[in-house]
Amino acid sequence: MKLKIVVVLTMLFMGVWAMASAQESLETIAAPDSIQAAPLPEPAKELSAKDAPDDHGHAIDVTWAKSPDDGERLKNVIGYIVYRAANPDGPFEARSGLLLGTTSYTDAGALNEGENDFMPDYQDYYYRVRAMTQDSTVFADSDIFGPVQSYGQWYDKGKTAVLLLVAGFLFLTIFFISKARGGAELYVRRLAGIEAVDEAIGRATEMGKPILYVLGLGTAADIATIASYTILGRVAKKVAEYQTGLIVPCYDPIVMTVAQETVRTAYLDAGRPDAFNQDMVYFVTNQQFAYVAGVNGVMLRERPATNLYMGKFYAESLILAETGVVAGSIQISGTDEISQIPFFVVACDYTLIGEELYAASAYLGKEPLLLGSLKAQDYAKAGVIILAVIGFISLMLGYHDFVDFFHVTG
Amino acid sequence: MADSKRISKIILAAVIAFFLISWIIKGLAIHDEDSVLWFSVRDAFLITLAAFLTLAIFSFLYKDNPYYKFAENLFVGVSAAYWMCVGFWSTIIGNMLPNLSESLSSTFGVPYKGFNIFYIVPLILGILLLMRLSSKAGWISRWALAWIVGTTAGLNLVRYLRTDFISQVSNTFVPLLVDWKGFGAFYSGLSLASTGQFVMTLSNWVIFIGVFSGLIYFFFSKEHKGFFGVASKVGIWVLMITFGASFGYTVMGRVSLLVGRLTYLFKDWLGLIS
Repeated sequence: MKLKIVVVLTMLFMGVWAMASAQESLETIAAPDSIQAAPLPEPAKELSAKDAPDDHGHAIDVTWAKSPDDGERLKNVIGYIVYRAANPDGPFEARSGLLLGTTSYTDAGALNEGENDFMPDYQDYYYRVRAMTQDSTVFADSDIFGPVQSYGQWYDKGKTAVLLLVAGFLFLTIFFISKARGGAELYVRRLAGIEAVDEAIGRATEMGKPILYVLGLGTAADIATIASYTILGRVAKKVAEYQTGLIVPCYDPIVMTVAQETVRTAYLDAGRPDAFNQDMVYFVTNQQFAYVAGVNGVMLRERPATNLYMGKFYAESLILAETGVVAGSIQISGTDEISQIPFFVVACDYTLIGEELYAASAYLGKEPLLLGSLKAQDYAKAGVIILAVIGFISLMLGYHDFVDFFHVTG
Repeated sequence: MADSKRISKIILAAVIAFFLISWIIKGLAIHDEDSVLWFSVRDAFLITLAAFLTLAIFSFLYKDNPYYKFAENLFVGVSAAYWMCVGFWSTIIGNMLPNLSESLSSTFGVPYKGFNIFYIVPLILGILLLMRLSSKAGWISRWALAWIVGTTAGLNLVRYLRTDFISQVSNTFVPLLVDWKGFGAFYSGLSLASTGQFVMTLSNWVIFIGVFSGLIYFFFSKEHKGFFGVASKVGIWVLMITFGASFGYTVMGRVSLLVGRLTYLFKDWLGLIS
């Protein structure tokens, strides 16, 4: 009997032990599952959204604080995705890709109705930020923020420096123009390149050969092209007086039209409207190297005594100037395209460097309007030097607000 | 004179014969059993024509000649016609009509976007410009020109002031003594590394002197004498050194263009290099 009781107790004990072992092994098997499934991270905090400042509307700035699991604690948050909806119940659509290492995003839509992703102003939007882990199915959504609306601003605070400088420059310009109109003598230093123009026109007259005037590849409204019109007017007037030939091949149809008017007016001023021939200013093509090929051909066939290159030039500058050397012409150039000035310097007899081109028109015209603006430009340059010195000093003293003021945004 | 004409004709005949043979050889070279004969003939013709035009343009390096004139006129004519067509189809048909007229849009097969009154402005300006064709009403075109030049110049004023002027000014704000902690620290830690204190300080001084003297050179309303004369001389040196560096950099770019053209001749046309 005792033996039976011992056997039963032993079997009972073994059964309990076996069940306990089985339970333990089950738990052992189940445990890895609970470890492998990444725990849910904490969502992003302090979500906020507001209209993007200093813009034309159609954009909203969204900011948030990092999830506590981003870089600390679980360290399983790798980035964030911004979602937007038209009402708090959704549906929410993703507005950004996975944003790494940032806690802000500007949700900018298209400006015009009818375009893809158009984002109308003055409409309620609701935002939510999703904290993402390596496993795309494990994430945490923040609270919903809204409503928020986008709208445009009339004044861009980031461009205050531009406003002040434009106002200052306009004030100086108007002041010096009035002074020049009042009869004040405004000095302009000698510009060798421009003084050579008269000499070059005289040479062409003596040789009985035409003058080639190239306005470059700029549009009619480029500052360099506008300066070039003034010089063309002066050259055309002299040409009309001396009865020399003038050839003006143009790259841009609008430039050609303005150039024709300029030359026509110059001939009229010189008292020789009958000598004006519209064909002396003509359109070639507005394909860069085809234009160069055409002008090069003119140089070698017409053999102009003088080539004037004034305006905006690109890769064609050296090709033109080298051909002019081969044709044996006197060459005077002027451009504000910094990368092309070296080519003109090496291949031309005289070169107007950058701003000298703008000054040339004032130098030639001696008109109060141009002289006044030239004087204002000089004062603006003096202002730059003063600002630079103040900038150096403020940086030395560790005062960065002054420098930041000139960093125009937007 | 007669001899010269005869020589020209002989050269022309030789050139034609040379490129005809080249066309045939190229056609045979690129044709295989799988390709259509007509396509091989056409491709060989285009490759040979491109090679001829390239050599015709290169011949300008010797002197002006009829082959260059042919290539030049072809280039100018084709490009002018091409850009005229692009302008017509992309600007007038592709951009203006879909915003003005539904019936004209459907006539030209472009989708109508709805009437937009702002597109009336370029339409009127375009018509005004075309008034130049009339001897009596030609003066009206000046209004359009004044509009185009005036508005664009006004818009450019602010853009240039911002991008060229203010950004230049703000980039000039650099400390003349970088991380200065006294002479002792400066000499003990002297390094020629590009991010080192010495090189950074030197670089900032070059910027300061370069900008200062360059601006002095571009002062027009004061005679360059005395201090102004010295500063403007330094300015022109700074400019010339900059231009020299820019010149060398751009020439290298041009050499790569030449290499591209020579590669076409020796690889695509003659097949001399693989």
